[in-house]
Amino acid sequence: MAILEVENLSVSFNQYKMFRSVKSKVISSLSIAVDEGEIVAVVGASGSGKSLLAQAILGILPPNATIDGIMLFRGETLTLARQKALRGREIAIIPQSVNSLDPLMRAGSHVRTSVTAGNASDLQKEVFKRYHLEEKVEKLYPFQLSGGMARRVLLASAMVSGAKVIIADEPTPGLDEQYVAEALQHLREFADNGCGVLLITHDIGAALKIADKIAVFYAGTTVEIASIENFRGDGEDLRHPFSKALWRALPENGFEPIPGSQPQPDKLPSGCLFAARCKKAAAACSAAFPEMRELRNGRVRCIHAT
Amino acid sequence: MQLEAKKLSYRYGCYPWLFREVDFTLSPGEVVGLLGPSGSGKTTLCRILAGYVKPAEGRVLLGGKPITRKGYQPVQLVFQHPEKALNPRWRMRKVLKEAEVEDSILEALGIQSEWLSHFPGELSGGELQRFCVARALGKGTRFLIADEMTTMLDAITQAQIWNAVLNAQKQREMGIVVVSHEEKLVARLCDRVMRLSR
Amino acid sequence: MNVLKNKRLRALGMTIFSILFLGGVVILGLTLDKGNIVTHLEIRNAPPTLEHLFGTDWLGRDMFTRTMMGLTLSMGVGLLGAFCSTMIAAVLGMVAATMGKVADAVVSWSTDLFLSVPHLVMLLLISFSLGGGAKGIIAGTALTHWPSLARIIRAEIMAIRSADYVQVSRRLGKPGWWIAMNHIFPHILPQLAVGFLLMFPHAILHEASVTFLGLGLSPHQPAIGIILSESMKYLSSGLWWLAFFPGLCLLFAVRAFAAIGGNLRQFIRPSSAHDAR
Repeated sequence: MAILEVENLSVSFNQYKMFRSVKSKVISSLSIAVDEGEIVAVVGASGSGKSLLAQAILGILPPNATIDGIMLFRGETLTLARQKALRGREIAIIPQSVNSLDPLMRAGSHVRTSVTAGNASDLQKEVFKRYHLEEKVEKLYPFQLSGGMARRVLLASAMVSGAKVIIADEPTPGLDEQYVAEALQHLREFADNGCGVLLITHDIGAALKIADKIAVFYAGTTVEIASIENFRGDGEDLRHPFSKALWRALPENGFEPIPGSQPQPDKLPSGCLFAARCKKAAAACSAAFPEMRELRNGRVRCIHAT
Repeated sequence: MQLEAKKLSYRYGCYPWLFREVDFTLSPGEVVGLLGPSGSGKTTLCRILAGYVKPAEGRVLLGGKPITRKGYQPVQLVFQHPEKALNPRWRMRKVLKEAEVEDSILEALGIQSEWLSHFPGELSGGELQRFCVARALGKGTRFLIADEMTTMLDAITQAQIWNAVLNAQKQREMGIVVVSHEEKLVARLCDRVMRLSR
Repeated sequence: MNVLKNKRLRALGMTIFSILFLGGVVILGLTLDKGNIVTHLEIRNAPPTLEHLFGTDWLGRDMFTRTMMGLTLSMGVGLLGAFCSTMIAAVLGMVAATMGKVADAVVSWSTDLFLSVPHLVMLLLISFSLGGGAKGIIAGTALTHWPSLARIIRAEIMAIRSADYVQVSRRLGKPGWWIAMNHIFPHILPQLAVGFLLMFPHAILHEASVTFLGLGLSPHQPAIGIILSESMKYLSSGLWWLAFFPGLCLLFAVRAFAAIGGNLRQFIRPSSAHDAR
């Protein structure tokens, strides 16, 4: 059963260019679902709306954002009030920036305040041990932590919260390979206990290690949702041309980029968002925004995909 | 002209030494990877090599001479986070003007003319980092220090930027230091690897 | 596009309205007939009428004319005081941020010293020791309003000087003056402008209050503080308009400046530029 579901989500920002108010659509018709016991990784370029999706689910978008679409947690609609009640308890986030730590709070009490049930001090000691944080780290302030330690404190805070869904927004950059593997392993264990994880990352390698499914984002929408087995070889099992290009651009798989770049959110084409960079693009691609469709046990937003 | 570091040591104030007596040589046309666990002083070493930070002991030589602080520095550094390395009040056009970048570099990095009229806050990290790389590839650059330059970027943008940088590197016989956590990237890019330990 | 929904347009409208109001006051203050404020005992103590919008006082002087002239004078004094104060803040801020540890310590120490003494007491002392009058008031406001702005400017310059993009600029071979002109100055100029505009209402109010207490402008000048302090004597005899209209006008003038300053700040601070509707 899906524990977290997002359907047809659109987010636009109201911005000002001198005195004109301009709407730019940063997320369009995005759908994604996380089942119990499942890790869904969200990969895509920066600016493709990955972090905004996290903010939308938690209800912490900036005030000039307008949201459209449906978000469900355990089958019930996520309203602003419900998001407020759930975040930190049922839905926890591992934030992207280590600056999210309160600069005036010691690492230990940071973790303790995240505990919602049980003995805070015991849980904190336990989780510190799990993340190889020495006891003296408890007493340190964020500015005294190295980047890697700060990351582990953030991970620990989310883990002790007792949440059912964890949204991990780029939890691994700045961590050494051994710690990356461990952090990912902890997320895996968390999911195996029947919880859901939305892993937001630009690192496909990390996603492949632990995720069940990968959702590929491009310019604010999902272009493909594929199981991790599809990411192999030359990318021949992948459905969307962008996913293939992303796969082939990895340093271990050819390192060959496709030219061009993601369109700006205020200049999105009306048809397929990827058309301008796609070799297969035809007139039909620019005619209408393609719908997500089922294909070979996955989903894809491309009319040519086979 | 070689970039040489001789017996570099560094520590913050009275804290324990971050690293001691590190020797390092970078020749023109060479791409060297710098690996090490977090906290081993990779970023600090980069900043010392590029002249941002003075070492506690030891010295950095360029072509056998100490680095002068005046004028265009032949050793340029690109940071991990482009957001902090760009003046938020400047349009991107001005950023390029500051460094006097050649058009061929812009083209190679895929910088589009419509981005030039934007402010940094209006572009994505991948777009901003292209500008930072372009800025560091001015005519006078002989050595480029890339400190986790593409760590925050997706695979396609990473490949685009590195392809452009490597082309420029071959044309101009530049020396490059690649700092990264990603062993696979370092393996793909570098001629040799240096490891720092904690 | 709905004009009321667009925050920027709303702010622009408010700003234009405020500027018109203040401009109108100054024009009236400079052009109204001086004959209106000579003694006309035959029409003294008249409540507001169409002919005398704000009524007349116990000497038969037209209160509207007095108020406009008073406000104009107050604004002149406030303008000069706030301007001098902003300049002091800018210079001290730059000195503290760029001239080394000793200069920084001296500036920070005097900033703290000035902040630790209540504004008004300091102002009274300076104004009194300079013999009162316009000179004393201007010197007083100029010398007491700079500390918090100086502190902001110092912090801003320090932050920018250590910013990565300024460091990069140095490595690109840009000379110090170029960095100051292109990186630092454009960053603090808006801060100064906003600081100046927000200091203005303070300066006017302080001018009015010092004058009200009898240590400021001379009673012959139609200053707003004089008008208000004189009106106190007549409040109990029912001449409410002597205090009400001038007081209201002072309030509007001060609010108008605060509105201009606040809107300007909103424009130039990128973080608040795109707030919700």
